[in-house]
Amino acid sequence: MSDATVALTAPAEKPVRFRGGGFRTRPLGIISPIVFVVVIGLWELGSQSGLIGKLILPAPSEALQALLELIETGNLWKHLGASLQRLIVGWTAGTILGIGVGLAIALFSYVRAGAQPLVSAIFPIPKIALLPLFIIWFGIGEGSKIATILFGTFFPTVIATYGGVDNVDRTLIRMAQSFGVSWSSIVRKIIIPGAMPAILSGFRISIAIAIVLLVAAEMIGAEFGVGAYILLAGSLVATDQLIAGVAILSALGLTIAWLIGKAESYLLRWRT
Amino acid sequence: MEIRLKGISHSYRDGGLKVLSDINLSIREGEIVCLIGPSGCGKSTLLRIIGGLELPSAGAVLQVGDPPPTSLNPLTYVFQDFALLPWRTVEGNISLALEDHPIGRKMRNEIIDGVLARTNLTEFRKAYPRQLSGGMKQRVAIARALSVNPAVMLMDEPLSALDSQIREILMADLIELWCRENFTAFYVTHNLAEAVRLGHRVAVLSRRPGRIREIIEIETPLDQRSADSPELGRHQQHLWEMLRDEARAADLELANV
Repeated sequence: MSDATVALTAPAEKPVRFRGGGFRTRPLGIISPIVFVVVIGLWELGSQSGLIGKLILPAPSEALQALLELIETGNLWKHLGASLQRLIVGWTAGTILGIGVGLAIALFSYVRAGAQPLVSAIFPIPKIALLPLFIIWFGIGEGSKIATILFGTFFPTVIATYGGVDNVDRTLIRMAQSFGVSWSSIVRKIIIPGAMPAILSGFRISIAIAIVLLVAAEMIGAEFGVGAYILLAGSLVATDQLIAGVAILSALGLTIAWLIGKAESYLLRWRT
Repeated sequence: MEIRLKGISHSYRDGGLKVLSDINLSIREGEIVCLIGPSGCGKSTLLRIIGGLELPSAGAVLQVGDPPPTSLNPLTYVFQDFALLPWRTVEGNISLALEDHPIGRKMRNEIIDGVLARTNLTEFRKAYPRQLSGGMKQRVAIARALSVNPAVMLMDEPLSALDSQIREILMADLIELWCRENFTAFYVTHNLAEAVRLGHRVAVLSRRPGRIREIIEIETPLDQRSADSPELGRHQQHLWEMLRDEARAADLELANV
């Protein structure tokens, strides 16, 4: 009898079912090289077995061969050097101008009222459509190519900069004013550092745009440059060289993304 | 130096919503005046007006006498949300308040050393705000305010963002600091216990449009006040009775704005 009552009064214990978890990505560093190796390995295997036609897509080993040839003849540095020079000059000039104009738009009501609609009107134009015009203005040489990259970099930087300034914590500015900090000090010590995260993420976008425009501009009237090399390879149906050229661009993009990552972790080291 | 408020009235949107009505009050040298009132009664607006961050629609804030010559920024705020620059260390945040003044680097470092010692922050000199707890952040903000040697500190709910244990500790720190240095402060809060512990006088603001309902004086010296003293309890009870109806009315009012 007593046993029966104990069994009745003590309810069954069971653990509460776990319902959290999921929806959170884990960093898995080894996966990305594995994916890389598997994709290229399958591609190579397909080419070797004849499943992928030679003309349609050359084997990775052939593209590598073309790349090594490019290094041996020394042409790699000629092409890459010419491209890097255009990229660095165009992107740097566009970025400096873009940050300057972006700050002016953010800080001065008259500039904002005047320039903001202009920026909105010109930003969506594909800059490559203006290349013929740039060739008339700046000549077929370096001028038109750099102008295209500069123009393409300028607008995203302007928008990233004034968006960043608009989002700077107003309480910090009010604090500085309450301590009698001067206008120029507020700009240098609060507004620019506060907008820096947005400006740096603008860099990621503007550098990608710059590389796209670089190749497009080099396809019109350039002797050297990765874009010219790819165009020539294409017209000769040398698909192995074409793939080698594309691989160079991809490596360039990766290197620059890595550099921006480094700059971010240095400049934004105060962030969590 | 003394601050005198004469007939301050304020409304937003050109004669629209009236938030403050005919405020007359003085903050005497070496005393802490607490201002309490229901939320939305214009406490923070009044504080911004006193420090010159906002212009009142009518009336004037008068400075009676000159601030001490060593004061770099006579009217200095301590904010509820600390307002520390996340990209500067503790030392850099204090330095910001000093950099625009014509004092040498050596003098600046001496001032920073001094205020860090006075707020027990010396070992956190190189830390970034994200590494600090809320209480520590507010200590840094107080150190920054002290660095410019203010004539009057304008404190906008400085302890409201902190949990109750840290609040108790910082309150004790403030009392100790006042006993040593007799600073002048205008202290806005909605916490009655804080007001009766820290205030030499406590002004009660009514609901919007805020006007001063009463100013009570608390005689007990700051260092002899304890949380459970019956005199403070009586004051707190009295303040609560005054505030309760205002707070209730303000609560209903907000619902039909």
